[in-house]
Amino acid sequence: MNAPMTFDTTGRDGKGAGGVRERLVVIGNGMAGCRAVEEILARDCSRYAITIFGAEPRVNYNRIMLSPVLAGEKQFDDIVINGADWYADNAITLVAGDPVMAIDRATRTVTTRAGRIEPYDRLLIATGSEPFIIPVPGKDLAGVVTFRDLDDVEKMLAAAGKGGSAVVIGGGLLGLEAAHGLSLRGMRVTVVHLMPTLMERQLDEAAGYLLKAELERRGQTIVTGGDTAEILGRDGAVAGVRLKDGREFPADIVVMAAGIRPATGLARTAGLDVERGIVVDDHMVTSDPAIMAVGECVQHRGICYGLVAPLWEMCRALAEAATDAPGGGYEGSVTSTKLKVSGIDLFSAGDFSGGDGVEDIVMRDAARGIYKRVVVRENRLIGAVLYGDTADGGWYFDLLKKGEDIAAIREALIFGQAFASGGALSHPNAAVAALSDDAEICGCNGVTKGRIVATIQAGAHALDAVRSQCKASASCGSCTGLVESLLALTLGSAVEAGPRTLCKCTSFTHGDVRRLILGKQLKAIPQVMQELHWSTPDGCATCRPALNYYLLCAWPGEYVDDQQSRFVNERLHANIQKDGTYSVVPRMWGGLTTPAELRAIADAAEKYGARTVKVTGGQRIDLFGIRKEDLPAIWGDLNAAGMVSGHAYGKALRTVKTCVGSEWCRFGTQDSTGLGVTIERMTWGSWMPHKFKIAVSGCPRNCAEATIKDFGVVCVDSGYELHVGGNGGIKVRATDLLCKVATEQEALDVCAAFIQLYREDAWYLERTAPWIERVGLDYVKSALFSDPDAVPSLAARFHYSQQFMQEDPWARRAAGEDAALHQHLAEVRPLALEVAR
Amino acid sequence: MIGEWLDVGPVGQIAPGDARTLPVRGGEEIAIFHTLDNRFYALVNKCPHKQGPLSQGIVHGSVVTCPLHNWNISLKTGEALGDDKGCVPTIPLKVDAGRIYLLREAVVGRQVA
Repeated sequence: MNAPMTFDTTGRDGKGAGGVRERLVVIGNGMAGCRAVEEILARDCSRYAITIFGAEPRVNYNRIMLSPVLAGEKQFDDIVINGADWYADNAITLVAGDPVMAIDRATRTVTTRAGRIEPYDRLLIATGSEPFIIPVPGKDLAGVVTFRDLDDVEKMLAAAGKGGSAVVIGGGLLGLEAAHGLSLRGMRVTVVHLMPTLMERQLDEAAGYLLKAELERRGQTIVTGGDTAEILGRDGAVAGVRLKDGREFPADIVVMAAGIRPATGLARTAGLDVERGIVVDDHMVTSDPAIMAVGECVQHRGICYGLVAPLWEMCRALAEAATDAPGGGYEGSVTSTKLKVSGIDLFSAGDFSGGDGVEDIVMRDAARGIYKRVVVRENRLIGAVLYGDTADGGWYFDLLKKGEDIAAIREALIFGQAFASGGALSHPNAAVAALSDDAEICGCNGVTKGRIVATIQAGAHALDAVRSQCKASASCGSCTGLVESLLALTLGSAVEAGPRTLCKCTSFTHGDVRRLILGKQLKAIPQVMQELHWSTPDGCATCRPALNYYLLCAWPGEYVDDQQSRFVNERLHANIQKDGTYSVVPRMWGGLTTPAELRAIADAAEKYGARTVKVTGGQRIDLFGIRKEDLPAIWGDLNAAGMVSGHAYGKALRTVKTCVGSEWCRFGTQDSTGLGVTIERMTWGSWMPHKFKIAVSGCPRNCAEATIKDFGVVCVDSGYELHVGGNGGIKVRATDLLCKVATEQEALDVCAAFIQLYREDAWYLERTAPWIERVGLDYVKSALFSDPDAVPSLAARFHYSQQFMQEDPWARRAAGEDAALHQHLAEVRPLALEVAR
Repeated sequence: MIGEWLDVGPVGQIAPGDARTLPVRGGEEIAIFHTLDNRFYALVNKCPHKQGPLSQGIVHGSVVTCPLHNWNISLKTGEALGDDKGCVPTIPLKVDAGRIYLLREAVVGRQVA
């Protein structure tokens, strides 16, 4: 125990020279007590003779900065609020290290542990809160510490100095800060948290998850849903913690950080009204008019605060009352929280529990670990959770406290102050023009308006160039609109077109959306739209099919294809024609067919009245003029002859065109037909960003026209040249040579890997040719060949996905699935004026 | 709306986001839409542009996108949206006790001579 210390530098007896001062005794030398004294002195420095009793043998310091002290980021001297000179200058008697043990309201005195009796005219109780010790066996073992004051920090530092393991019970603010400090000090740290989500009072599940993942990445063990059964001991000292589910964690020190509760013992014994905290009115006066209370020990309007921020307002109200100054009293606080763990930016304020009439606006960038959520009710911000980027925390908190109507800035709200408060949505350029040069545009990368403009003036005339040269909007992308405005303002019409957003429903580009689907584990279209802040309730004809594809590609076997997001051709597995009928193309593997297949096709053509039968450019046969209602039947007939859908209607693998190759051709170098069939068997059924055509030519004469296909194989004597990115469409583009391989198996592997890279990387409705021109052949080569594992792992993902894709859609429809798609609802016969079934 | 209503069956026949067709002998085929926010609309099943079957388009909000050339048609008014000009007739529709009704005169009055 520390010896009591008296910092009585005045030598006075509590009576001022100018007359009798009222005696103000303050119990508690913490942040609340001293702040209250400061506020009183600021209003009337001669009214009171002040004595402060502190339980800790030291001057007043900033308790919330103990975490950085534990973490080694600050020294005690750095966190002292009022040093000894403050007490001296203000003629305050500080009795530190000798706590008050009793209040006698009848005689208006307090008595300390050392027996000192101090009379008061006004008493201020600022005892704060005390750690809640969970009542488990072993809680009194040596090595079980709390995290409340500098003594606790010193105990933790002493333990950390020996290394070993620490268990922190409680994954709230305090517990995580303790864990962080101990971890930085070299201990192996396990956090045991009772609830499923860390900091569940401040964070929602999503932010809690990000936090947990980050802490685990830093080497901490985070046990959520962990209920402590017992603290295990050895020779009277702590040895570990056992949970109710039987798990045990070794520990050389256990930090109890399961919560705090108001320190009300003195007040309760003195007979003051105490519920959870010491009950005070709006002027912080207790049930005894001579006794005030402030800080974490009080209960105001039913609320106890465990945070520092409400102190400031409380102390203002208290000081006004204590000096008879006019003032409105304390009306309660809306609190916010910031976690003081270096490198983790986390902010939370207000209410985010949901409920009727409550709307969430969410923006996430899981790739950068950013999650922002603001909660709105009746056009007022009522809560905010920010993870990863807390720059706008203060602004949100301000909106929340003021209860301002945010209707006008609602759409931009989630992007933060820089974007929203300029009225950027309605007049983007005007608002951006009005910003000062040092206004920060890109919060992620700390880029100011001035720097962006300078970058543009130096030659970055497109969004991409700005992003790559000064990093503005290169991270989360939420300031993209602002950067575009700056481009327009700086260059006028000279702006070069940049990446387009996916569609008008979103401010995200295709690339953003793809990245976020993966990063945020988005698995359904409505979820994407919600999480990515779609501006329309259910998207449009542009984004729905794109999202459906992106989800299908991201979550094979898991995502359920949304038929309502498919273009008609893919929904009906046939090509709609200008008269509303359909064309049907059965698959012919590698362009091979048989007399039996041809006979079945001929029969089907006659049976269902195909008015035109045409050989396609992809070496198969197209039957035109089939009615929607007849599709399942014609498919059934074609299935019966062994044929399946040719996917001639889909953003999918279309055909693998072949020449006859070495089996017949006198120039043939390899079995191009056989390889074509093998490739088609491997790749059929796969959904792609756009249609995908393959060809295999048996020699460099290239009869299969492989060099204008998405993937082309040209066989040569020594192996196979693999070509990519060709197109015979509106703009003819010859392929680029990707690589040359020696064996058929290598050709197949590269084919699968290239397709998967295209599937994962390209934008929806982007053929391989524009994709490669956009990303560059070098990018494709590097993605495939710079890492020897790339081709196998891409190919493995492709094959995995194919398990779920290679099911003939015609067969299911022919068997009766989705029959309603092909049938009329009913038919109206006007003569009878009845509905017939 | 005064007039006789034609019962075309329960709402459950059309999934949200889907459309079903109702051929009218000697008249124009009608498309009945069920939007994702649970509203029902009926239009003549012909895009004003090139007569594409609107029933086969993607439904979003209260708009259908024609499958032939991506014209956006308002389900509420039948009018082409954006820069496109044109209008397709709408058929008054009501939902009552889980069944869909079309205004009979709008259905049969559209007969082609």
